[in-house]
Amino acid sequence: MALAPDPMLPRRARVLASRQDTRDTWTLELELDGAAPLPFAPGQFNMLWPFGVGEAPISICGDPAEPARIVHTVRAVGAVSQAIAAAAPGAVLGLRGPFGHGWPTVQAIGHDVLIVAGGIGLAPLRPVILELLAHRGQYGRAALLYGARTPADALYGHELDAWRARGLQVLTTVDVADRAWTGAVGVVTRLIPRAEVDPARTVAMVCGPDVMMRFTAQELTARGFPAARVHLSLERNMRCAVALCGHCQYGPTLLCRDGPVLTWERLRPLTSVREL
Amino acid sequence: MTAPPTLRLARADLDALLDAVRADGWTVLGPTVREEAIVYDRVDRAADLPAGWTDVQAPGRYRLERRADEALFGYAVGPHSWKRALHPADVRLWRASRTADGFAVDDAPPAAERTAFLGVRACELAAIAIQDRVLLDGPYPDPIYRARREATLLIAVQCGTAGGTCFCASMNTGPGVTGGADLTLTELLEPAHAFVVEVGSPRGAAIVARLASPPPPATEPERAAAGAVVARTAASMGRTLDDPARVPAALQETYDHPRWDDVAQRCLTCANCTMVCPTCFCTQVSDTTDLTGDHAERWRRWDSCFTLEFTHVHGGSVRQTARSRYRQWLTHKLSTWHDQFGTSGCVGCGRCITWCPVGIDITEEVRALLAPAAPAPGGAQ
Repeated sequence: MALAPDPMLPRRARVLASRQDTRDTWTLELELDGAAPLPFAPGQFNMLWPFGVGEAPISICGDPAEPARIVHTVRAVGAVSQAIAAAAPGAVLGLRGPFGHGWPTVQAIGHDVLIVAGGIGLAPLRPVILELLAHRGQYGRAALLYGARTPADALYGHELDAWRARGLQVLTTVDVADRAWTGAVGVVTRLIPRAEVDPARTVAMVCGPDVMMRFTAQELTARGFPAARVHLSLERNMRCAVALCGHCQYGPTLLCRDGPVLTWERLRPLTSVREL
Repeated sequence: MTAPPTLRLARADLDALLDAVRADGWTVLGPTVREEAIVYDRVDRAADLPAGWTDVQAPGRYRLERRADEALFGYAVGPHSWKRALHPADVRLWRASRTADGFAVDDAPPAAERTAFLGVRACELAAIAIQDRVLLDGPYPDPIYRARREATLLIAVQCGTAGGTCFCASMNTGPGVTGGADLTLTELLEPAHAFVVEVGSPRGAAIVARLASPPPPATEPERAAAGAVVARTAASMGRTLDDPARVPAALQETYDHPRWDDVAQRCLTCANCTMVCPTCFCTQVSDTTDLTGDHAERWRRWDSCFTLEFTHVHGGSVRQTARSRYRQWLTHKLSTWHDQFGTSGCVGCGRCITWCPVGIDITEEVRALLAPAAPAPGGAQ
């Protein structure tokens, strides 16, 4: 048997297309040498390396059914993510991955599905939505609750209607509206009562800022969603992504190995600890 | 199968043993005196060992002193651990150059020189076993550690002296060697200076087989004397971690304990404890480029959870305070390490106590954290 490639060695990934989504967010499509497929599970991440700048963990947000077309949505907030976001078609990035333990898309079969996303937190949930819609009959009712800071900060606006048409209830809200916005205003947790799912038979998947996830999980459990079926994706300082460097520890977990997706049942006692 | 032989090696024949180790293709690292400390470095002759030296250790204190005898291993562990050789502080993972089609990575497979560690203590064997768990038994074994680990011969020495900060007996990791070594030596100083040698593996047996004059079996009194050395060391150990079986779960109930504020007043977050710890494994993965920008390298370097940078994410560091960083280190070592790797991260070697510049004692902190709550000032409510 051939040895697995060293997970610390970056592979070449060429940028095929780049699209600016919002003021500070870009979506890149990449392809490995020879268009080699990169099979991944929704919720996993890759380490992207702009040559000589540094590496950053970025969630995979492409379609699991198209593993040769690698899609990443990147918010340009630091030196590395700015360099990734600025990569133009033809540029080559280093790529390691996929890493981590993702969303429970298999466990969710036969259940209702509730997806709650805040801001760029929709990116790691997009593969879940695409997989769910591709196998729509295997799941019960399904709803997406999406909150963004302003209408201009919302991701994938062009796709939301298409998802709605294919059988996903989509509700959106913004913190600050503009004149054109006719939808809800306020935090995403206020959409929860409107989600057409049965709490007792729902698998919930939540991604967004830490505070948003904590309030969402508390609200969901208060409304009868079992904590063992509420899943959150956490962000910490991932450096090696292979459970050897220690940076992404979160209490008893190593997030790159045990996460980034973990259940609220497991996280609840940890989230109340400051600076864990 | 007969039981592995227990042999008697005269002090004068130790050089013959070292010659046999080298003849078998091993470079020997062992304890030697450098800059007023006993550290691990290349040892070619028995004369390179710290004959007649001992160390006096206390919280925040380490001094070498002369012994009344010529013992070669009459001290506890110093600031070095074998981690320096197995999990090096600084290692280049790969280098890359820009090319017409992006970049090309040049990765030499990890190479390791056959190295014999001489004078490995029981706590250090336990530390190596813990690093094996962390670095080899996970989903992605570390190829650098594996190459070095496989090229290592372990020659253990049973401790004849308990250091001033040792607490291995309460951690059940020493002072007696219970396995994992290729050869185990116990130093006897009387009636004659000699070693009782236990063979622990075929590699150890191969070394003994190379000796020109095969050592005789140890006599019953000599074997009893060797056992007494370990018993005496265990009995003289002045420090303990109380109730270690209870510690892992109990510590996870202490996240809001005021003792963390107390220790944060003393802790300098200097990271000394993590550098001297034989099991601390955290590394930074960082990139460098040359001035042309066409050549990049990725380096792995020891890192410490005591640095602010360690938990950096967009928006700042997660662990801003000394309180949270000391709490991370101690709870990881004694509690969450079990969750992550199925073993304790502490072997009771005492290095973190000795080399702490302000003398913070992990056993004392745990005692304070797990003590029954004192009555509130002012008496009953």
